[in-house]
Amino acid sequence: MTRPMKLAVGPVLYLWERRAALDFYAALCDAPVDIVYLGEVVCSKRRLMQREDWPMVARALEAAGKEVVYSTLALIEAESELATMARIVDAAGAEASGGRFEANDMAAVQYAAGRPFVAGPHLNIYNEATLQLLASRGARRWVAPVELPLATIATLGANRPPGLEIEVFAYGRLPLAFSARCFTARSHNRPKDDCGFICGDYPDGITLYSREDQPFLTLNGIQTQSAAVQNLSREVDALRAAGVDILRLSPQSQGFPAVIDAFRATIDARGAVATFPAPSLPGGYCDGYLRGEAGIDHAE
Amino acid sequence: MSLELVCPAGTLPALRAAVDHGADAVYIGFRGATNARNFPGLNFSEAEAAAGIAYARERGVRVFVALNIYPSPANWTIATETIDRAARLGVDALILADPGLMRYASDRHPTLRLHLSVQGSATNWRAIEFYRQEFGIQRAVLPRVLSVTQVARLIGRTAVEIEVFGFGSLCVMVEGRCALSSYATGHSPNTQGVCSPAHAVRWEEKPEGRQSRLNGILIDRYAPGEAAGYPTLCKGRFRVNDTVFHALEEPTSLNALDVLPALAASGVKAIKVEGRQRSPAYVGQVTSLLRRALDLCAAAPAADPHAPPPADLLAALDALAEGRTHTLGAYHRPWQ
Repeated sequence: MTRPMKLAVGPVLYLWERRAALDFYAALCDAPVDIVYLGEVVCSKRRLMQREDWPMVARALEAAGKEVVYSTLALIEAESELATMARIVDAAGAEASGGRFEANDMAAVQYAAGRPFVAGPHLNIYNEATLQLLASRGARRWVAPVELPLATIATLGANRPPGLEIEVFAYGRLPLAFSARCFTARSHNRPKDDCGFICGDYPDGITLYSREDQPFLTLNGIQTQSAAVQNLSREVDALRAAGVDILRLSPQSQGFPAVIDAFRATIDARGAVATFPAPSLPGGYCDGYLRGEAGIDHAE
Repeated sequence: MSLELVCPAGTLPALRAAVDHGADAVYIGFRGATNARNFPGLNFSEAEAAAGIAYARERGVRVFVALNIYPSPANWTIATETIDRAARLGVDALILADPGLMRYASDRHPTLRLHLSVQGSATNWRAIEFYRQEFGIQRAVLPRVLSVTQVARLIGRTAVEIEVFGFGSLCVMVEGRCALSSYATGHSPNTQGVCSPAHAVRWEEKPEGRQSRLNGILIDRYAPGEAAGYPTLCKGRFRVNDTVFHALEEPTSLNALDVLPALAASGVKAIKVEGRQRSPAYVGQVTSLLRRALDLCAAAPAADPHAPPPADLLAALDALAEGRTHTLGAYHRPWQ
């Protein structure tokens, strides 16, 4: 029998008030999850969580038995962003617990120079040769790009480098694209350089609708997400059979403890699907990517 | 320093047009899902590529082959065969995005010059350094997300030649980091070399106006008499809060003419024109206009870098541009 699947909580992709973020992580200490990703992936200007908050949060989570991973920025342009990435990589390496970082740009892989890391969902790893290469450069875990079908994940899993873990984005609004442009600031007619952190008003992003009111996408600063929440809770057995070790749940501002509980119950039930909470965001659920279809599709 | 002009060719006639109108290099793709312009009726067979390379060589023009998808295990062999074919043909450079394919190319064909595709998504010098250290890439094409200042700073930190986009359709998202098309249709630039593919497009005439859909999703609706554009999904009109607008990007073209002197001064090696899906006539016109712009830039290196480009040149390029308007995109900070 294979090891039980683990549950990971992905990095918070939105700008949450510091108190809300601290409360969220405090609650995770007692939640049935195994891994927690910390840090900022989307926008380097967001600083509501202060630099010294993160080690404090990490210590509390580790004391509660969680593995902590520091995520790094996906779109790195400025020297200051490279410096922040380097500081996170160095700090993660210095942790006594063998703390790791998640690389979301090749800059982090280059800087780490062989130190162990998690290959995040924003590194483009689509085939065995690339996975082998990244593993030889220190990747110990691979978070699959969201658009990969399960068949591809299974093939890469079957031929995986020894010891490499595979993680899949199993729940949340899908991170689909990055831009130099801040769409949230733009939607409020504010320049990016004077955004006033307007994204802080939208703890789950701003839903973008088609002109016939179909929830389509979500604006989250320079990131564009799906409006629908990808929910793979019905596919847990298939994911397990494909060699997936870890399911990532992406934080949302409301009802997240119930999501964690439902996934935990589904994993533990082995075969039976736990009752899942109704979607709390407009857009409902989607799961098409797993079958190689449009990501927005949802199997009946 | 003179800038090299790199032009697109989706067909042999387009290649000849680019060569005849002043391109320094032409980039092409092979037929099949191995490059970012995998459109019906487009791209080269091996024989066509050989003919194109011969035509270009005789006129002192180089030919690059783009193989810039991220192959899945199912089409890995097609991709490596494409690399072997390019090497066999003696192309001047291979434009790749996928690290696994770079490994294959640099192991099997160590003398083949490698360029990092814009799809490789390298937006900083360290990412470019990764590809240089691993595979010895000699050039990187930058995603359309950096300002002119950022481009200059990046060039100061890398030994790799830098190529940037100068004209053509504008990606508002970082190339290689955009799954919007696969989210809506199942097909993406990274996996199939297409964005908002034609097979998923549907046009409708309704009392409200002409409508375009992508896999059923309403992308735009046009008032009577309003010009309708191809429904690239990031260029549609959507509702955010209570406002309907081009929430991601307007249908407009990138035109870097205003910043050509600054790009040249910063050490950019080459200017790329987007548009392998375009007609030979378009490719010829755009190539000759940009040739003129680059020659003006090279002839007056000490001139005021803020001097505007000739108005007739801008007007001629606008007439060819998507939406008939242009933007400096991310080169100009306020756009961001």
